[in-house]
Amino acid sequence: MSAAVANHPVLDPTLALPFPQAALPVLRNPQLRKNVAHAIDVIQAKRAKLVAEKTDWQELRSAASAIRMHAIENLGAYLEEFEAKCTAAGGVVHWAADAAEARRIILEILREENASDVIKIKTMTSAEIQLNPFLQAAGVNVFETDLAEIILQLGEQEPSHIVVPALHINRSQVREIFARRMGLKDLSDDPQVLTAAARTYLRQKFLTVPTAISGANFFIAETGGVGVVESEGNGRMCLTLPRTMITLAGIEKVLPRFQDLEVILQLLARSATGERMNPYNSIWTGVTPGDGPQRFHMVLLDNGRSSILTKPKQRQTLKCIRCAACMNSCPVYRQTGGHAYGSVYPGPIGAILTPQLMQMHHAQSLPFASSLCGACYEVCPVKINIPEVLLELRAQVVNQERRDLARFFDPMYLGLRIASLLFAWAWLFHTSQFMGRIGIRLFTRKDGWIHSLPSVGGKWTQTRDLRGFPKQTFHGWWAARSRQSSPVSSKEAK
Amino acid sequence: MRASLFITCYNDTLFPETGRAVVGLLERLGVSVDFHPKQTCCGQMHANTGFRGEAFSQAKRLVRLYQDTETVVVPSSSCVAMMRDQYPGLIDELGNDSLRKDFAAFLPRVYELSEFLIDRLGVEDVGAWFPHRVTYHASCHGIRGLHLGDRPYRLLAKVRSLQLAPLPNVDRCCGFGGTFSVKNAEVSSAMLAVKLQDVVSTGAEFCTALDNSCLMHLGGAMHRQYAGMKTIHMAQILASTEATPAEGVL
Repeated sequence: MSAAVANHPVLDPTLALPFPQAALPVLRNPQLRKNVAHAIDVIQAKRAKLVAEKTDWQELRSAASAIRMHAIENLGAYLEEFEAKCTAAGGVVHWAADAAEARRIILEILREENASDVIKIKTMTSAEIQLNPFLQAAGVNVFETDLAEIILQLGEQEPSHIVVPALHINRSQVREIFARRMGLKDLSDDPQVLTAAARTYLRQKFLTVPTAISGANFFIAETGGVGVVESEGNGRMCLTLPRTMITLAGIEKVLPRFQDLEVILQLLARSATGERMNPYNSIWTGVTPGDGPQRFHMVLLDNGRSSILTKPKQRQTLKCIRCAACMNSCPVYRQTGGHAYGSVYPGPIGAILTPQLMQMHHAQSLPFASSLCGACYEVCPVKINIPEVLLELRAQVVNQERRDLARFFDPMYLGLRIASLLFAWAWLFHTSQFMGRIGIRLFTRKDGWIHSLPSVGGKWTQTRDLRGFPKQTFHGWWAARSRQSSPVSSKEAK
Repeated sequence: MRASLFITCYNDTLFPETGRAVVGLLERLGVSVDFHPKQTCCGQMHANTGFRGEAFSQAKRLVRLYQDTETVVVPSSSCVAMMRDQYPGLIDELGNDSLRKDFAAFLPRVYELSEFLIDRLGVEDVGAWFPHRVTYHASCHGIRGLHLGDRPYRLLAKVRSLQLAPLPNVDRCCGFGGTFSVKNAEVSSAMLAVKLQDVVSTGAEFCTALDNSCLMHLGGAMHRQYAGMKTIHMAQILASTEATPAEGVL
């Protein structure tokens, strides 16, 4: 068994290691890094090609940004409109303030249905509320039906990406998981063979399990409709065969009007999987006699979202349509993959969403898990200025931490406080440059370079040298040059 | 034309040769260069690390310092991006009306070096000579922050004897990211390793950029790994002529 398969990262932000430590096992794992880089390079190339063919891409982004911002800024009204329309169409709407309440509601529905088994369409929101382990513990067998989710469930692994959750696993690893868990000894790693094995496994579930759980890519206030887009058709099966459907969705996923899909679907498919259109686009509105599930429950989850809504600079986070273009473009994610983020939401969007969902009590290392390169903002189809939110959250973390006396002598805090003092007065800054130049000589080798530094500096020199400080600063050179040239120019002036 | 040089705190301390090159280059092009002796830092390090109050103080200090200056030239895209992207928010939130007014007047007068040469002076051929194979690292703040576009390439194309080697994955971050490079040193180093492969694959002798911060990161690894390459700020290439070749190149 490979290291990646044996590895069980914690995707609970309350328990996860800080990002720098959590990233280490991945950085040391060549197979994992290769899998991640290869997968996102493929998606990125497909996306780039399809974005390039849209001459109105920037206009589409602006429109989508406006639609999503309008939706979340009028969230209360649109949620009530959705509730009324969905209820009128025969659905039952439930409101869950937090993860525990959502889990309880879903279990109660399953108990009413006498469901011992449940099939699931891919939903990252259910992973956010850690639904599967909860249901298993309550005696309900959960069967994932999305191919990637099956791989993860059978391989006992955690998702590392929100669109392609098993992106860190390559096909020979998939073969190993399927062979072991499905008892298929002679399985090859041909994608068609692997898919066929999953298909056989799934058919049984689709035909025998009458209760299903889904997420939602969006739900529509105007019509009370709920939508899922997917590539495999397993979602369509879950929306056709079962008797009962339970949908779990974050409250921010609302769209005001049906027509908004014109904009959102064009952007979502291209941004997420590099396709012009998702192969399966399903929208259902309450229940329809004789067609699909005859009982429909919609669980609307808050779980920290309304607190994000109250913060003007941060609320743009809720515009997210979960396309994952930000993580696919992120140079940090490309190296670390998703597990290092300790949350079901990794990458740049996870770095801003997770700590906010945790009301800034956990995941405080995540806003710092970015070089602020801006690639995420550039690709975001709904124009979330992720670097701006990262900076806002960094400021909040620093404001929390600097009240902590234990941090007073933390080298980073001490250094930044001193630097701030120095930058306030040029003479003090210049004096410190002079002192620093003398001090740094202790660490400067004969070749003029610094190979090793103590404390925070050691974090730099563990992989990089630093050129020794030059003898003369620029301002020193300028002053000397002015002294030399000014008598001459004054003579010339005479 | 007059221009005041904002050298930036780290160039002043660690890369004075870049400042000397900017002065040499601009004076050669007939620009009268000033240098405000009280300048220190733009506040980027504090802002990016979450020290908003401190960053605001430095922003305020800088705007006041250059209140009466016609044109400010900065040989660092990340510091200019700080002024354009972060000053508005800081000053809006923490400043008063008088500062907001001064800032509004200040911002259009700030130019990154390649912007100043192409947009303000209208030159592409600055009369430079640099007989080496060079690759250009388009830093994140250069491409996505300032949208410098083809400006740096147009300038490099006119440098005599310079052979430009295109850099693969040119829009990908080198992993520096300011305090990110020490707060997330291992991830930063992994990003650096990948970037360095691309840089070395060009077969160039020099990697240039408009940001010494990225170059300090890349150059530090090149030196550690005996990669056989050096880094050089683009100002030094543009200042280089047959009569006065770039400092420390040979």
